[in-house]
Amino acid sequence: MTQANPMLEMRGVGKWFGNFCALYDINLDVRPGERMVVCGPSGSGKSTMIRCINRLEEHQAGQIVLDGVELTEDTKNIEQIRRKVGMVFQHFNLFPHLTVLRNLTLGPMRNFKVPEKEARETALHYLERVRIAEQASKYPSELSGGQQQRVAIARALCMKPKLMLFDEPTSALDPEMISGVLDVMVELASEGMTMMCVTHEMGFAKEVADTMVFMDEGEIVEVGPPDEFFGNPKSDRAKLFLSQILSHH
Amino acid sequence: MATTTERLPPPVKKRVKLTLIDLLIFALVAAGVVYIAYRVESVLVYKWSWDTVLQFVVRRDEAGDLVPNLLVTGLLTTLRLAFWGTIAAAIIGLVMGLCRTSSNLFLRMVARLYVELIRNIPPVVFIFVFYFFISGQIMPLLGVDEFARNASPETARVIEFLFGPIGLFSNFLAGMICLAMFEGAYITEIVRAGIQSIEKGQWEAARAVGLSRFNVLRDVILPQAIRKILPPLAGQFITLVKDSAIVSLISIQELTFVAIEVAASTTRVFETWIVVGVMYFVVCYFFAVVFARLEKRGQRGRR
Repeated sequence: MTQANPMLEMRGVGKWFGNFCALYDINLDVRPGERMVVCGPSGSGKSTMIRCINRLEEHQAGQIVLDGVELTEDTKNIEQIRRKVGMVFQHFNLFPHLTVLRNLTLGPMRNFKVPEKEARETALHYLERVRIAEQASKYPSELSGGQQQRVAIARALCMKPKLMLFDEPTSALDPEMISGVLDVMVELASEGMTMMCVTHEMGFAKEVADTMVFMDEGEIVEVGPPDEFFGNPKSDRAKLFLSQILSHH
Repeated sequence: MATTTERLPPPVKKRVKLTLIDLLIFALVAAGVVYIAYRVESVLVYKWSWDTVLQFVVRRDEAGDLVPNLLVTGLLTTLRLAFWGTIAAAIIGLVMGLCRTSSNLFLRMVARLYVELIRNIPPVVFIFVFYFFISGQIMPLLGVDEFARNASPETARVIEFLFGPIGLFSNFLAGMICLAMFEGAYITEIVRAGIQSIEKGQWEAARAVGLSRFNVLRDVILPQAIRKILPPLAGQFITLVKDSAIVSLISIQELTFVAIEVAASTTRVFETWIVVGVMYFVVCYFFAVVFARLEKRGQRGRR
């Protein structure tokens, strides 16, 4: 095999909240350029898993290696890893006291000491890509949910991440706002961005995913290409989940 | 069929501004005021003598020019105390507030100890104990007295402008630090509440972008927290101005200290304290207006 080294390796990762086991023995490889969609019932540990990757949650067992660097307790190490990983949240979490443009330039200017002019140019470039450049000088509260989420994606892209994490990016949006955000994500996928996406948008999953990951009760139950997963799920839990989630489609 | 141009809002109902009950209450209050004035005038037979007291605000010197007198000097000392006290209390409050929300147990304990110690001791007791500690131990250690004594005339003039009479420099500093330590404890709690009121998502987003701890606080958390805590902070700074009267107990010659002397020497108690009350009011109200302005400016871009 002449496969490139994985972008992300998770080896036996475990995480507990008190006595509650949120993640157990998670083993996962993500190749560069791979588009992975993570699904599963609520409370199954999907969000916790991707939040461990940039240390918003601390894993208590196993190893997480990103781009050849293991995630450790060291603050500098954590900051370095976070700068390589872009994250998009369910509730956008834009900085309400900063304009859209300042939301985007903050990271590059503070982390990499990029001069303001250059940071602005990069920011405008990405705002254009998420089709929202005309809103650059507005405050987040003046935008719709869909627009805010696209700004959040642009904010993550401004750090030129090697891996993008999406934590249910469309779950908090009004229905008519969802497609705008998904379009941006599809475009990103087609450009070869490595992404991991927790979502219930199965249409999106079928369209862009290389790999489907199905989780339940803190464990990875099934990993496979979408055709296989949707056409012929192996586990009963996945069958049940799919029948529930697809019953209205 | 109604077209969009016909979709006008319904006519606005005029609100009656004053009801009969409002007028009745006004009449009662007015009657009360008149009655009190009558009692003072004809029953108490108090002879108002404003001139005696106003002389202590401004007086005419030998050449006949108006020069500020004791009460104004006292007011200036109060203003200096308030100015430096506010700055020092804000710094102490910010630092301790950050310690209070730190993930480091030691820092949290230090800040907690500080806050609880001060909140649970009467200010007078705290100031008596702490003042003598500061003026007796810390000030000589820092060589403040020596510095003041050996200051060149230019330095002395700057110090006099900023801190009042140079002979009382170390005294003033000690009093100011006491005041700031005292108010700082309350500001610590306000800052802590402000920081903790910022939702988890903001911390997470700032961290996810890869900002260092310092930048997370400086660029994301504190700017939002400060907007939220401006109203209670304004209240605390106004309290600081009023609480500065406490340091009269340790012979700092601020407004209240001077007022006690003026009231005693003139025996015009009411006049003195009314004049002093007006002076405090003007200073505090000025603070209130400035903060209201700041608050308005901070409204921009709020969620």
